[in-house]
Amino acid sequence: MTLAVKETIYKQDFQASLENASEPQWLKDLREKAFAYFTENGFPTVRDEEWKYTNAAEISKLEFQISNEQSESQTSELLKDFNFERNGFTALHLAFADVVLVTIPKETSVEKPLEFSFKADEGTANFPHVIVVAEAGSKATIIENYESAGKSLTNSAMQIFVEDNAHLTHYRVQSESAESYHIGTTEITLKRGSFYNSTNINLGARLSRHDVHLKFTVPGGEAFVDGLYLLNGSQHADTHSTIDHTVPNCTSHQNYKGVLNDRSRGVFNGKVFVRENASGTDAQQSNKNLLLSNDARVDTKPQLEIYNDDVKCAHGATVGQLEEEELFYLLSRGLSETLARNLLTYGFAEEIVNKIEIESIKKQLDEAVLNRLNANLGI
Amino acid sequence: MLLEIKDLHAGIEGKEILKGLNLQIKKGEVHAIMGPNGSGKSTLSKVLAGHPSYEVISGEVLYEGKNLLELEPDERAREGIFLAFQYPVEVPGVSNSQFLRLAYNEKMKHHGTEELDPLEFNDYLKEKAKIVEMSSEFFKRSVNEGFSGGEKKRNEILQMAVLAPTLAILDETDSGLDIDALRIVAEGVNKLRSADNAIILVTHYQRLLNYIEPDFVHVLAGGRIVKEGGKELAIELEEKGYDWVKAATK
Ligand SMILES: Nc1ncnc2c1ncn2[C@@H]1O[C@H](COP(=O)(O)OP(=O)(O)O)[C@@H](O)[C@H]1O
Ligand SMILES: [Mg+2]
Repeated sequence: MTLAVKETIYKQDFQASLENASEPQWLKDLREKAFAYFTENGFPTVRDEEWKYTNAAEISKLEFQISNEQSESQTSELLKDFNFERNGFTALHLAFADVVLVTIPKETSVEKPLEFSFKADEGTANFPHVIVVAEAGSKATIIENYESAGKSLTNSAMQIFVEDNAHLTHYRVQSESAESYHIGTTEITLKRGSFYNSTNINLGARLSRHDVHLKFTVPGGEAFVDGLYLLNGSQHADTHSTIDHTVPNCTSHQNYKGVLNDRSRGVFNGKVFVRENASGTDAQQSNKNLLLSNDARVDTKPQLEIYNDDVKCAHGATVGQLEEEELFYLLSRGLSETLARNLLTYGFAEEIVNKIEIESIKKQLDEAVLNRLNANLGI
Repeated sequence: MLLEIKDLHAGIEGKEILKGLNLQIKKGEVHAIMGPNGSGKSTLSKVLAGHPSYEVISGEVLYEGKNLLELEPDERAREGIFLAFQYPVEVPGVSNSQFLRLAYNEKMKHHGTEELDPLEFNDYLKEKAKIVEMSSEFFKRSVNEGFSGGEKKRNEILQMAVLAPTLAILDETDSGLDIDALRIVAEGVNKLRSADNAIILVTHYQRLLNYIEPDFVHVLAGGRIVKEGGKELAIELEEKGYDWVKAATK
């Protein structure tokens, strides 16, 4: 009955935050609805198909102080589009969400990346919510950054709208503390001729879960949804994504890579839907994992559901160790075994890191990759 | 003697390939090892480089008077052995220059000589690349990834130039090269040839030997050296084919 106790605690916080917030009635109603959903459903459990490999029970037993800045929260009717009914986390998120709204105006090209950085303090629960609207013909880059100190909970969401012919590059870097919990949701809606290019990096947190839901709603969009998870110790990282081709002539590319050391555990579940109507779809999906230890484990499930014949689709997943022939090649050039293994691992991750166009992030990641490997490659 | 192979028996996956091979090489020499497909040329190359899949059944290999077989592959490399692979391996995500600098510095460290920082190494690499007429465009690219067959082979010789081995084993470096690439690679090897090193040219065809003149030619068949001679042996082989030696040894 831990769950019931927990819900009571969140209930008091919820009531308090609702009273303090000066928000329009529709939003209060929406929050009430979301909270009611949470109360009724609680946190997801491993009996839930979508949470089969990720046990969130730990989180439901912990008490966090709600870090709530709802008074400064912005409002947007677009919040109504957020699907809070996915699970208890998304519902709880909306109930407490601190909203930031950013609009990239029509036909505007923003040079400097827009940065959203969140840092969770020890013992707190955080519910940041960012809405990004890239208006028609605009061009911008956004950086989403998560850090934390000690044990904390981040339950975040981002809603992204890429309007006609807009071009959005998105970097999401999760490097929370080794004791923290991170639950994140990204919803992306793509319009005609739009282009969305994301790279999702998961380095931190004791337990992390990232859900990506991307939907083409008008023909002619293109999206990259790439990612890298770099895990060690007893870290657990789960990525669930859906890429939904509901209309014709859209292109999606998904490339996720994982490097797992020690007893870490990775989960990748990627669903690509090609609906009846979606002729001319080009959908590619790949998930490759490198296990550096015998105790590391990955559960990967790339899924294609195709209801149209006129499509070009491919998907695949691998879980393996370093290639022996590559290793021997490096050894035969005089690299020590440790150095050779580290270099190959670095090379495996670099495919994702290399596509990053912002030097500072690239450098940060290069360093993170190398730190994780305890490697000094002199690079 | 730089390399002495005595009655070497070796194989892979329980299958004996080399069946009593003998070979002696001195510094300053170029030895061609010729033989039909499947005769064990690559097996010999891999055994010398220390590939873990190949097992030595019996025999001895001395390199600079020391037992080579007890050294790990990376130790062999740092001691001056270099294998240009018949099928160079692609290493995604690792740039050629990164890789070469690490390899170069590992060797320098081993010999207690000065390591080079990225800038210094870049100058050094540019110099060496001239030997095989490679443009610096290849430095940034991942090792061998997306390289044509000829570019891969040239890259092997570039590595050789950078690492300056004492004993270089070139396993069919000529295969898959068009005539221009063959000339470039061969000229590169000739430039690297010196009194302080030795080269084993493993090849199926005599063609390469028109460009790189060997001091000795050995014919490998059935896991053994069945015929030895000077460069004229290669020409004889070209005319008469391998059946001639095979028949001659039966
Ligand atoms: N991995 C392997 N497993 C089993 N047999 C092998 C393997 N690699 C090579 N061989 C066999 O060893 C023999 C010699 O091969 P190799 O040394 O590659 O010859 P060459 O280089 O002269 O063409 C051949 O019969 C080949 O089929
Ligand atoms: Mg061969």
